[in-house]
Amino acid sequence: MAENTHADVKKLTFETAIEELESIVKRLEDGKVPLEESVAIYERGEALKRRCDELLRQAEARVDKITTDSNGKAVGTEPLDVQ
Amino acid sequence: MSKAAAPLTNSPEFTVSELSSALKRTVEDTYGNVRVRGEISGFRGPHSSGHCYFSLKDESAKIEAVIWKGVHGRMRFKPQEGLEVIATGKLTTYPGSSKYQIVIEAIEPAGVGALMALMEERKRKLGAEGLFDEARKQLLPWLPEVIGVVTSPTGAVIRDILHRLEDRFPRRVLVWPVKVQGEGSAEQVAAAIHGFNALPEGGAIPRPDLLIVARGGGSLEDLWSFNEEIVVRAAAESMIPLISAVGHETDITLIDFAADKRAPTPTAAAEMAVPVRAELMVEISGFERRMMLCWQRGQESRRNELRAAARALPDLSELLAIPRQRLDGATASLPRALKANTHAHHRRFAQASAGLTLRVLRAQIAHATQRLTVSGERLSLSARALLRQRRDRFTGLEARLKASKLANAQAQRNAITRDRERALRLTERARRALTTLVQRQQARVQASSQLLGALSYRSVLARGFALVRDEQGAALHAAANVGAGARLSIEFADGRVDVTADGDRTAPAREAKPASPAAPKKATKIDQGSLF
Repeated sequence: MAENTHADVKKLTFETAIEELESIVKRLEDGKVPLEESVAIYERGEALKRRCDELLRQAEARVDKITTDSNGKAVGTEPLDVQ
Repeated sequence: MSKAAAPLTNSPEFTVSELSSALKRTVEDTYGNVRVRGEISGFRGPHSSGHCYFSLKDESAKIEAVIWKGVHGRMRFKPQEGLEVIATGKLTTYPGSSKYQIVIEAIEPAGVGALMALMEERKRKLGAEGLFDEARKQLLPWLPEVIGVVTSPTGAVIRDILHRLEDRFPRRVLVWPVKVQGEGSAEQVAAAIHGFNALPEGGAIPRPDLLIVARGGGSLEDLWSFNEEIVVRAAAESMIPLISAVGHETDITLIDFAADKRAPTPTAAAEMAVPVRAELMVEISGFERRMMLCWQRGQESRRNELRAAARALPDLSELLAIPRQRLDGATASLPRALKANTHAHHRRFAQASAGLTLRVLRAQIAHATQRLTVSGERLSLSARALLRQRRDRFTGLEARLKASKLANAQAQRNAITRDRERALRLTERARRALTTLVQRQQARVQASSQLLGALSYRSVLARGFALVRDEQGAALHAAANVGAGARLSIEFADGRVDVTADGDRTAPAREAKPASPAAPKKATKIDQGSLF
C-alpha cells in the first residue's frame, strides 16, 4: 500500500527526501498528530527512509573522461584510468 | 697623381645602399639573439595584419620593437602597455630607412613584481565589471549526481579528488582533460568550462551538477593560465556551480574570485563537493529510529487514554436505571391522567349545554326587535328632514327667479327707451337733411332755368333774328332745302309768319353753306334775302 501511495518518493532527490523525513520525525515528536494521520505520515517516513537508503547505496564511483571533436565539443566519454 | 690625393680621402666611398647593407649585416650578426629588459611603451596592436608594434624603454633610452603575428599567437604572456618585460629576439634594420628594431621571439614579465602588478590590474578591471560580486555566487548542490572536473587527466590532482570522493561519497565523475599550464592552456580550460555548460540536460553525456576546476601547486607563472581573462570570464559565466581549486592554499589566482566557491586544494574541493555518506546513513537510521519511537510512544499514550476513558465509562445498567424509572412512573400515571382529562372535557360540555336555553334565544329576538324599532324611527325622521331641506332650497330658488325676472324686465324697458330716443334723434336729422336737399335742388333748378332762358333761341329772336321752319315745323338750316313754292313758317320774337318761297332762285352756295350750321345765320340770310 505504501508503495503506491508514495510513488512520488521514488523521484525525490536525497536532499528533499531527507528534509521531509526530518520534518515527519519532528511532527511525530511533537505528539500532536491525529491517529489516522500519524499512521499515514509514519508510512511516508518509512518510504522516505527507503528512498534515502537507496540513494546512498546507489553511490557508484564511475569515472569517465570527456572525448572531444576537433572543435573542442564534447562528443562522448570513455573510462578514465587513473593510477 | 690621383693616388697622391688618396691619403686625404683614404677611406673608401660607400654608396648609401652599401653602408645600409653593411650596417644591417653588422647589427644582425652582432645582435642575432639578445635579451633585453624594458618597459613596453606605445603598444600598438595586434594590427589587422596580426603584428604588434611598440617600444621598449628604460629611463634614458628607447628601442622600437615588433612581434610578428605567428609569434604573438603563441605567446603565453601577451605584451601589454606599461608591463616591464624581458624580451628575447634579434635586432634588425631595414635598408629602406636604416632604423633598427628588435624582432621579439619571446617575452616574459620581468620578475614576480611585474606579474603581480599585472594580476592586480586585471583583478581591478574585472572586479569593476562585477564578475566577482557576491550576488553572482551560486549555492553548491548538497549532493551532486555528476561532478565535472576540469584538470589534467594525469597526475596527483585528479587522483586526490577521486580518492576523496571515494572516501566520502562515490559519485559519477566526468573529467574534461586540459593542459593546466603553458601555451593554449587558458583557452582549453575556458573551453572545458563552456563545454560542460553546453551539455544538454538528459543528453547522452550526463550534465554535471557541479564543476571543479583544479590544478596542483606551482609558481605564479605556472598558475598564470588561471589568471587569464578568458578563464575568469568562463568561470563567472558558468551556470553550473563551480569550485576553483588551483595551487596550494597560499596560491591565489583570479579564477578563485570568479568561482562560486574557492577550495584551498583539490582534496578540499572534493570535500566541498559531497557530504560523507556514512554520516548520512547514520543520520537516516537515527531519523528512522526516532520516528518509530515517537510513533510507538504516540500509540502507547493513545492506548492509555483509551483505557482511562474506558474505565471512566459508567455501568450500562446504571445508565439505564434512571430512564427506566421515569418510564415506570409515566406508565403508572398514564390511565389516571387519561381519566382526569376526560373528566375535564365533560365538565366543560356540561357548562356549555346548560347555557343553551329558549330564554337566551328570546332575549336575542327582543334585542333584535328593539334595534329594528329604533332603526325605523330614525328612518322616518331622516326622511322628513330631507324633505324640509329640499323645500327650503326650492323656496330660495323661487325668490331668486322672481327677482331676476323683474331685473330683466327693467333692463329691457331701459333698452327700449334708449332706442326710441335714438330713433327720434335720427328722424330729426333725416328731416333736416331732406329739407336742405330740397332747397339745394330748387336752387339748382332755378339756376338752370335762368341759364336756359339765357341760352334759348327766343333771346336770339329778341335780338332781331328769325327762325325758318318747313311745313312740318322742322327748322330749316339751308337754302338748298327750300324748294320753289315751299310753304315756310318764319318765327320772330313776337310771333310767326307763314310765307311761300319764290321759285328757282338759287342762293349762292357760298353764302348758304356757312350759314347752315346755325339757324340764326340762315334766318339772317333770309332776313337779308328778304331785305333784297
